[in-house]
Order: sequence, then structure tokens, then C-alpha cells
Amino acid sequence: MTTHSVQFNIQIGDDLTWNVAPLLHEVKHALDNLIKNNETTIIDLRSIPLAPGEEDKILNILGQGEIKAQLYALGQSEIIETQYAGVWIVSHYNDENEIMGRFIEITSMPDILCSQTEDMIEARNHLSESLKEGQNIHESSVEKSA
Amino acid sequence: MTDIPEGKDETLGDVLRQRGISRRSFLKFCATTASMMALPPSMIPTIAHALERAKKPSVIWLSFQECTGCTESLTRAHSVTIENLIFDSISLDYHHTLQAASGHAAEEARMAAMEENYGKYLLVVDGSIPLGNPGYSTIAGISNYDMLMETAKGAAAIISVGTCAAYGGIPHAKPNPTGAVSVGEIIKDKPIINVPGCPPIPVVITGVLTHFLTFGTIPELDHIGRPKVFYGQSIHDRCYRRTFYDKGQFAETFDDEGARKGWCLYKLGCKGPTTYNACATTKWNNGTSFPIESGHPCLGCSEPEFWDGGGFYKALSMPTEDISKTVIYTAAGAVAAGVAIGAIQKGRKNSAVASHSKTTIDDLEK
Ligand code: SF4
Repeated sequence: MTTHSVQFNIQIGDDLTWNVAPLLHEVKHALDNLIKNNETTIIDLRSIPLAPGEEDKILNILGQGEIKAQLYALGQSEIIETQYAGVWIVSHYNDENEIMGRFIEITSMPDILCSQTEDMIEARNHLSESLKEGQNIHESSVEKSA
Repeated sequence: MTDIPEGKDETLGDVLRQRGISRRSFLKFCATTASMMALPPSMIPTIAHALERAKKPSVIWLSFQECTGCTESLTRAHSVTIENLIFDSISLDYHHTLQAASGHAAEEARMAAMEENYGKYLLVVDGSIPLGNPGYSTIAGISNYDMLMETAKGAAAIISVGTCAAYGGIPHAKPNPTGAVSVGEIIKDKPIINVPGCPPIPVVITGVLTHFLTFGTIPELDHIGRPKVFYGQSIHDRCYRRTFYDKGQFAETFDDEGARKGWCLYKLGCKGPTTYNACATTKWNNGTSFPIESGHPCLGCSEPEFWDGGGFYKALSMPTEDISKTVIYTAAGAVAAGVAIGAIQKGRKNSAVASHSKTTIDDLEK
């Protein structure tokens, strides 16, 4: 049995919603604001009416820069610094790889990349537990050899 | 405004920790939740703070004259999604489709939950209520009307999920053989939040629950009881085919050149101009697309009387509202979008405003 891919009739025009260029201008203004006032901006791409293909167009124009990080938390997330330093694309997926949210973050470092205090506290506790266990093992092995 | 019903002492933070969810995962959850609730990303820390401490509310879910599509819409996802994390964070004490118990045992669970959380539980209803004859629809021998009256008494608030519970829906369509009515036509002394749609978008259902959890209040509602955050703008206001509508470029059939080029579906009966819902931006199937994106006109399923609106493929009788009110670029998340919006709207307004006047559902061709 052969499988045919579904062909959609919609053709991608250049200016379907006219939202691509204004959005990129907003990114530029936000970058100005980051440089001058150290203020970060997050743009939720889901809140903007975009035609099929327009989101890809925005992502293509912003391109990819020096950093691409992957996060595994409730499914995958991808954090990319675009070719424009300070402009990041943060994409969240669920564990079936369906997109759950996509943001343009204008910041020196997206928050989600930083280690979180609560996780660090838990990690410290976990590590000390492991060390205790390790010590016991070590002690018991010392006892045995004695 | 109503206080959040605190049915159980466990907080959402506890639930997430028990499931081994890291703080970073929780932040991701909050970011996608803010997006789902159409809140600006600057609200993410507030949401995180509130959700962590939110108490697990007791929820009783009653299903009356319905097709189970609303429950299906919400519970269809099998993976760890925002929807089922929120769903897990409530104490669903009664839902006759989902619970294991049946018959008298199930009814006892409902009575116990009502007693334990009297005045605090949330009541979710899907389906309309037949007033023609109590025997048209019963559960454990109890008529839908009696069960609603009994359960609504101790509820803090009621969420009418789906167009049937909110406005009567398909059972209410002419000639309405069962005398079906909405929850709001029977219950007058409780806050009622209507979440219409046939079915409603799952994240809109959970968005309302999340609003309760986050802010402890019911969201701001429009004139027919719908949360403005999801139903504040028409499909037409946020439709990506709007450019073609403004230029007067319409598909005339489903396979003509206009259809192939993705032109406006207005002449094929699109009810987007008179329909208020979040489909155009929230979309369906985890953001994949929505009916208009798949080439089909909007049926208007979140509006009262949508089934009797004069035919799904008949065009609205006149063009729609003053375009100056239309939000073309509504970046809820874009903090400083103002300048660009003004610029876009000006250009479009000139070409379109003269020929457009306001249309309501009553103007639909009969
Ligand atoms: S009429 Fe329908 S297809 Fe056309 S712009 Fe409005 S909502 Fe979109």
C-alpha cells in the first residue's frame, strides 16, 4: 500500500497578514531597550495572527547564531540565539513533540536556561544523600577488608 | 468575585513535586499557561507564584444531554500536557464518564463530595437540561433537572462547558423536542461561566480552571457569560485570511482558484465575523491549525443558536463591522506593539471602512 502525503491548497503569499515586518520592527525596538535600559521583552508568537508559513518566515529571517540549547523538561524545549545577539527563540514541545508555545525573547540569557534555586537545593540534598550512601559503602568495604 | 474553592489541602506545587516535576519544568509549564490564557509573558512569575500555592479544588462534573465531545476534547491527550497537568491538579470527585464507580456508588461519591466541600466546590456541567419530560434524560434514576438543582446548591461557581450547557446547543435546535435549556436558564443565584464551543477548545476549558487556581476569582465575562480573555475577539478579527476579505478576494467554491490561493471563505458561509472564540490563535490539536486554515468556513459553534443560523454554507447577509475596531496585530505578549499596529490599521481602514457595516447573528440569511 502506498501512502500519499496530503497536499494543502493554501499557497504562501508574501504578505498574508502583514504582521511579519511590524513584528521584526518590534524586535528591533526591544533590542534597543535591552541595550539602553537592560530591559528584557518576551513576545508570545501564539498571540499574533500569522498565516501558514509566516512563522517560518520570521524564524528564517532571524536565523541561527552561536548558541543552540536543548532542554528536557515535560518534553523537549529548544533555545536558540538567533544571528542577532540578544534575540532568542524559545520553543516548548510536549513529550509527543507537539509545539506548546513559542516565544521571541530579547534578553542576554533566557531565564529558563539558568539553574533554579529550588532545583539546586534539591540537588544539594540529593548529592549529600548519595555521598552518605557512598560513605557507608566505603565504610562497609573497609570493615570487610579489615 | 468568588473565592477559590479549596476542597483539598494539597497544593498544585505539591502535586507537581510528587510527580518529580523540576522547577525548570514548572517554569515551562507557567510560560505555556500564560500563553494559553492570552496573558502577557510578564505575568509568568505571578502565575508561578500563585499556582504553586493554589489549593486543589473539588470539582463535580455533571453530564446531561450531550455527546461526550466536551469531555473527549479535554481528556483526549495522552502525554504530559498543560491540559492534563491542570486536570490532575483538581480533585475530580464525580464525573460519570470517567469515574470507575457507577450507579448508587457513584451517587454516594457525589453526595460525599458535596457534603465535605459545601459552598466551595466547582460544578462543571456539559449538556443541556430537558424540561419537556424529566424522563428524557436521567442518571441513576434522577432527572437532569433535579440533579442540577441539588448539586448547584452548594457550588461556589458553575462552569457550563460546551454550547449545550451554555446556550442549549444542538438539543435546543428547532424543533427542540425535549424542551432543552441551558444551565443559565435554570440557575439564577450562582456565578456561571459559559465556555461554549462544539466542543470548546481544550485549553480554554483548562484556562478557566487555571484562572480559578491562579487568581482565585472567576474571569471577566462578556454579555453572554463567556470569559473575555478567550472570547473577547471574533474569529474574523484574528483570521489570517483577513487580508483577502479586506481586498474583496473570496473563494466562491471549494475548488476554485480563490480556494487554492487561500482567499477569504466569507462567500462559502464563514461565520467568523459573528463568532467569538480563540480558534484563530489558540488553534486545535496542540496548535496545529483551525477549520479556516484547513479550508473550511467557521460554523460559529460558540454562539447561541448556531445550529439554526440559516445554513453553514450560506454567506452572512452583509459584510461585517467597522474595520477600525479590528485587531490586526494583537500581540498580547508583545509589550510595545503599538506603533506598528497603528501603521497597519490606517492603511487598511481607508480601503475597507466605507463598505462595511456591523452584522449580528440575527442578520444571517434565513
Ligand atoms: S470571513 Fe471567515 S475566512 Fe474570511 S477573513 Fe473573516 S473569519 Fe477569515
